[in-house]
Amino acid sequence: MPLYHNDDQAMLKDSVAPFVAEQAPVAHLRQLRDSADATGFSRDLWAQFTEMGLPGMLVPEAHGGLGMGHMEAGIVLEEIGRNLTPSPFLATSVGAVAALAKAGGTQAGRWLPAIASGEAIVALAIDEGAKHRPDRIATTATRAGNGFRLDGKKSFVLHGHVADMSIVAAKTDGGITLFAVPKDAKGLTADPRRLVDSSLASHVTLDGVEVDADAVIGEVDAGGDILDALLAATRTGAAAEMVGVGQGAMDRTVTYLKERKQFGKLIGEFQGLQHRAAHLYGEMEVARATVMKAQQLLDEGSEGAKLMVSVAKAKAGRAANLAVREGVQMHGGIGMTDEYDIGLYMKRDRALAEYMGDVHYHIDQVARMNGY
Amino acid sequence: MSDLDAFRIEVRAWLEANCPPEMREPIRDEDDVCWGGRKFKFKNAAQKQWLDACVAKGYTVPDWPKPYGGAGLTPEETKVLKQEMKRIHARSPLDSFGIWMLGPALLQFGTEEQKVHYLNPIARGEIRWCQGYSEPGSGSDLVSLQTFGEDKGDHWVVNGSKIWTSYADKADWIFCLVRTDKANKYQGITFMLFDMESKGVTTKPILLISGNSPFCETFFDDVEVPKTQFVGEINRGWDVAKYLLGHEREMISGGGAGGDMVSIGGAFAKAFGKNAAGELDDPILRAEMAAFDVDVFAYRAMGERFMDMWKTGRAHPASSNMMKYVGTELNKRRHELVMAGGGSDALEWDSEESKGGARARTWLRTKANSIEGGTSEVMLNVIAKRILDLPGA
Ligand SMILES: Cc1cc2nc3c(=O)[nH]c(=O)nc-3n(C[C@H](O)[C@H](O)[C@H](O)COP(=O)(O)OP(=O)(O)OC[C@H]3O[C@@H](n4cnc5c(N)ncnc54)[C@H](O)[C@@H]3O)c2cc1C
Ligand SMILES: Cc1cc2nc3c(=O)[nH]c(=O)nc-3n(C[C@H](O)[C@H](O)[C@H](O)COP(=O)(O)OP(=O)(O)OC[C@H]3O[C@@H](n4cnc5c(N)ncnc54)[C@H](O)[C@@H]3O)c2cc1C
Repeated sequence: MPLYHNDDQAMLKDSVAPFVAEQAPVAHLRQLRDSADATGFSRDLWAQFTEMGLPGMLVPEAHGGLGMGHMEAGIVLEEIGRNLTPSPFLATSVGAVAALAKAGGTQAGRWLPAIASGEAIVALAIDEGAKHRPDRIATTATRAGNGFRLDGKKSFVLHGHVADMSIVAAKTDGGITLFAVPKDAKGLTADPRRLVDSSLASHVTLDGVEVDADAVIGEVDAGGDILDALLAATRTGAAAEMVGVGQGAMDRTVTYLKERKQFGKLIGEFQGLQHRAAHLYGEMEVARATVMKAQQLLDEGSEGAKLMVSVAKAKAGRAANLAVREGVQMHGGIGMTDEYDIGLYMKRDRALAEYMGDVHYHIDQVARMNGY
Repeated sequence: MSDLDAFRIEVRAWLEANCPPEMREPIRDEDDVCWGGRKFKFKNAAQKQWLDACVAKGYTVPDWPKPYGGAGLTPEETKVLKQEMKRIHARSPLDSFGIWMLGPALLQFGTEEQKVHYLNPIARGEIRWCQGYSEPGSGSDLVSLQTFGEDKGDHWVVNGSKIWTSYADKADWIFCLVRTDKANKYQGITFMLFDMESKGVTTKPILLISGNSPFCETFFDDVEVPKTQFVGEINRGWDVAKYLLGHEREMISGGGAGGDMVSIGGAFAKAFGKNAAGELDDPILRAEMAAFDVDVFAYRAMGERFMDMWKTGRAHPASSNMMKYVGTELNKRRHELVMAGGGSDALEWDSEESKGGARARTWLRTKANSIEGGTSEVMLNVIAKRILDLPGA
């Protein structure tokens, strides 16, 4: 498979890009922010996403979805990134779907069709501290009655306060187990916090939450593989969104370089800025190729996917961060103003950088996977 | 089974039968590289046998058409052949500027007669070429070159000098940029080909910081070049020169000087030892190496994407400048880490264990990667102007 979009994928991009740009440009984020919206995204927009079949892109056809791959989901995520669109797409339609599809069984049958039809929003309750450390899960699930009792605290749970279901990773006797915890479960509380990028993420408390045995996603103690699938999909998706964020920031900056005059010249004529912009272009192109490679390997079910996913999250993280920093700097003083969008790109980049493992986490993973 | 799968099976069997075991060993020194040409002496019988086998099959230049010495393979088939050769660690049967640079330019701009006449000896490794572009006063600003060819009816008389001519002393022929119209900067240069044994051509080696001297100053003193020996149109050699530079960059950023682009950290685990957690026992260097590895794996993905796009005409024409810039800067970083990881062992310059100071010499040699074929700064200028469309660049 060549590393560029084939005709079908290019067509998908041609329909998604104008749709997102028109329906949910940066102004859409501003409007949600300025109205102190309590949901974190627009239900109307999600309905439009649903009309286009986007929430169920990755859902297998047997469960009412389109059965597409990560390459296709990446196309949507890049546009979401480019427009800073608030949406539950990444957590629900990419992360949760990857886990449920991998696990199959009752929960897959219950939730995948609901995701595909746009009815269900799903949150991923994995992290427990300020940094992403999925190998150190302390939340416990102990057998109780004919089910389990969950106790613990989760943080950085996107859409946690509005999710119809949360996928909770917990420790069981013999390993990790994933649970589908419905919104109304007793003992489940989600305390949403507004983040720097205006999104809402919750601190979730599980205080003796009782779930039935069939709430288990996959098999008891065998959640490790499913969690891996969830993480690989979400990390790759976040990397694709970051490529969009970086590209959006870079495009705005390059445009500005061609408009702004100082010292009687367009600032884009100064070699000091040209070289930095050209360097940034190179980094963005490499990041884009890397994310596509990770998507391709995931879609092929290749063994090399895990390494490339970490490479992609790290590389996209570095490139997008460079793009937003150079963006603000090259905009000069106005880059610091709320009125200009470039600062919003910087904020979204920071949130995505932290999501599902930051650059350093993934660089460390790459070293480990290479035996040092 | 697809045609491509069938082809892979065929290639595997052919390689098994034709690639001698000695040619499946990593390259150790310059002698292991087969450059061909009139002056070339094969290091051993296996090297010659491997070249002969590939020549017969058209595999020295697999994607060139058959009448010119190639195998006429499609891009996909070429990729399969390369993968299969890589799989058995086969050495390249023939390396040459003729294959990397002149060949593609002739395929694009040469007449049918020129293609048959010049490409076949390149494919067979009979004529070794060198590149006469740079001059003492014209490096980055190549178009300012002064070497002049005076029109004498059926031939030119060329006077001037070139610098940095890699392997000029070993080459048989030179492809050379010569000014043929002093009034016209861009449209006054002709792309000429001539024999290095022509009367009036002399070379003088330049010693590099790596202690090696494959580079020369080349002097032309009333050299007569027949009017038939030019590529493209007279005075329009700049078009050919630019096209060729694109291929040179690809070569430098890719397999050529770009290095093998594999993980670096693992190689040093032995030298440093590991801590209880199984990590390389120098946390700062480990972090730098891992960050480098991320960039290497990422660059490999870019290389794959670039080739996929380039071959199907999807790549921006100036994207080879980006590849060259990113790839060469990366390769320099690799060799900084190789030196840091090697410690005092890597400093040895002439001991047997150090294979004649291979690490240190390679480290020094890589510093030219971001100079030769156009400097990094010039690459950035081109990206700014041609891809980002920035003003006045
Ligand atoms: C938080 C804040 C507080 C401030 N407080 C004050 C204050 O109290 N009083 C006051 O008078 N001003 C103040 N300023 C304004 C500040 O001095 C200007 O923002 C600054 O001088 C840059 O000018 P500019 O914003 O017009 O950017 P521009 O000059 O438009 O620069 C845009 C970009 O082009 C680059 N650039 C411009 N010229 C060149 C060149 N020749 N070569 C290479 N690159 C170039 C710049 O480095 C920048 O990256 C403040 C600004 C900020 C952000
Ligand atoms: C190992 C090696 C092998 C080579 N092989 C060959 C060969 O086989 N044939 C051949 O013809 N040539 C060859 N070259 C020459 C090579 O192409 C030139 O060295 C190169 O183009 C740079 O030119 P220069 O050395 O004159 O440097 P200059 O052009 O003098 O550059 C000096 C510095 O100024 C910077 N600079 C120059 N112009 C600009 C600008 N506009 N903006 C910003 N920065 C600028 C450069 O980036 C560089 O850092 C080789 C060089 C080396 C080192």
